[in-house]
Amino acid sequence: MHPQPVNALTTAENQHVSLDAVRTMVSACIQCGTCTASCPNALEMDLTPRKMWRLVILGRLAEVMASRTFILCSDCYTCTLRCPRGLPLTTAMEALKGIAFARREARHRSSRLFYETFMQTVRRYGRIRELAFMTRYFTAMKNPMAPLRFAPLGMKLMGKGKVEMGSGKSGETPLHALFDRVAALDRTSLETAAREGHR
Amino acid sequence: MNYLYYPGCSLSASAREYDLATRALMASADVNLTEIDDWTCCGASAAAPISHLLSLALSARNLALAEQAADAGQVLVPCSACYLNLKKAHEVLRNEAAGRAAINDALAAVNLTATGSVRVRHLLDVLAVDLGAARLVPLVTRSLSGLTVAAYYGCQCLRPYQEFDDPERPVSMEPLIQATGAAVHAWEMGGRCCGASLVSTQPEAGLKRVCAILKAARGADLIVTVCPMCQMNLDAWQAKASRMAGEDLSITVLYLPQLLGLAMGLDSDELGLDLNLAILDGFREKVKQ
Repeated sequence: MHPQPVNALTTAENQHVSLDAVRTMVSACIQCGTCTASCPNALEMDLTPRKMWRLVILGRLAEVMASRTFILCSDCYTCTLRCPRGLPLTTAMEALKGIAFARREARHRSSRLFYETFMQTVRRYGRIRELAFMTRYFTAMKNPMAPLRFAPLGMKLMGKGKVEMGSGKSGETPLHALFDRVAALDRTSLETAAREGHR
Repeated sequence: MNYLYYPGCSLSASAREYDLATRALMASADVNLTEIDDWTCCGASAAAPISHLLSLALSARNLALAEQAADAGQVLVPCSACYLNLKKAHEVLRNEAAGRAAINDALAAVNLTATGSVRVRHLLDVLAVDLGAARLVPLVTRSLSGLTVAAYYGCQCLRPYQEFDDPERPVSMEPLIQATGAAVHAWEMGGRCCGASLVSTQPEAGLKRVCAILKAARGADLIVTVCPMCQMNLDAWQAKASRMAGEDLSITVLYLPQLLGLAMGLDSDELGLDLNLAILDGFREKVKQ
């Protein structure tokens, strides 16, 4: 299987994606810690969200990338709702995931593969097909133990006929053209940003 | 009442019962749903980290198709993650000229254009606001009195867009539950996160969220949800959560339209009750009577 790249951001030529965009999002942070106090996953994080935003503002990319904090964001939007500065913190967390994936950080490999194989399935079929997605994910993981954790749930769902097997139950609408156009547009805006940064 | 209908991927697979129950409930409440032809994935939570524009374009593709529909008006979305993605694209199309241009640059590759003319509504919003408990009461043929229901809203139908409920102390389900004759379980967990995809990708963190919700639901006969991700986390992972907590946390978990449908006398096939992963025998007996 030779999966097509999901997007320009995940190709090797963009290894140097910088923190600039995220830094702009959180630059008005006053370090009050409301985000940390609001986060349901803060106790599992190695850096509290407040500390991580500080490191982002200081441009300490290596320390941010070494952290699991942004990977543990479950998109609940509580910090975004409560931030007294009105900062788009959940969007900033998403952007950090994107940077870690684009840089192919070894630490975040399994999360990256989960997201990428999900999107490859969408690109190929237009809709998510659990079986195709999980097959791709486990193949990409190259870990024979990986499927075991999901096997009991998979069997349960299959028993109930709740896994889309791709047997023509729903139409197929490949989205290659849309993905390619987005990749081209993203590449252009990255190049523009890089040029402006060097000026 | 007429709505365009965006079921999303989950509702054609792991959440088929949510789709069945939504359609059955709406049909018996005289609400007309027209499925968007050739809809595709909204990008879930996977597209945005990979590319912000990809996430917007995937959702906007569906809005563009909705805008082409004969009586384009509003899109009803039962899945909270799909709802949030479609809503984000809608907001950008309506309010950000540069974003609207970028989205349409992308959509040109599939010969579509979107303007943001179609409003995006969550199923709960439509049930609580457009239909409302008052219109539901006359449709109730079987009282569910004796049941206590824990209303679980999750995150993304409440936040970040504050459309129809308090984003931290939601109450919109309560009149609907009371309309069935059932009582509402008092708890603080209705708008707390279920762990979302962390339950699959980082189970040691995700399952703790599930445990906290299931523990707080003790005393209720069942939990109702309005999102396939919440439902899956609370029903499919119950056994694992119980092992983690060292106590039995099993409880019945239904989708809200399944509960409402039961009170309206719809039969269990129409509501897809056989497809649920957590319906306890005690609950089955209670609703039989």
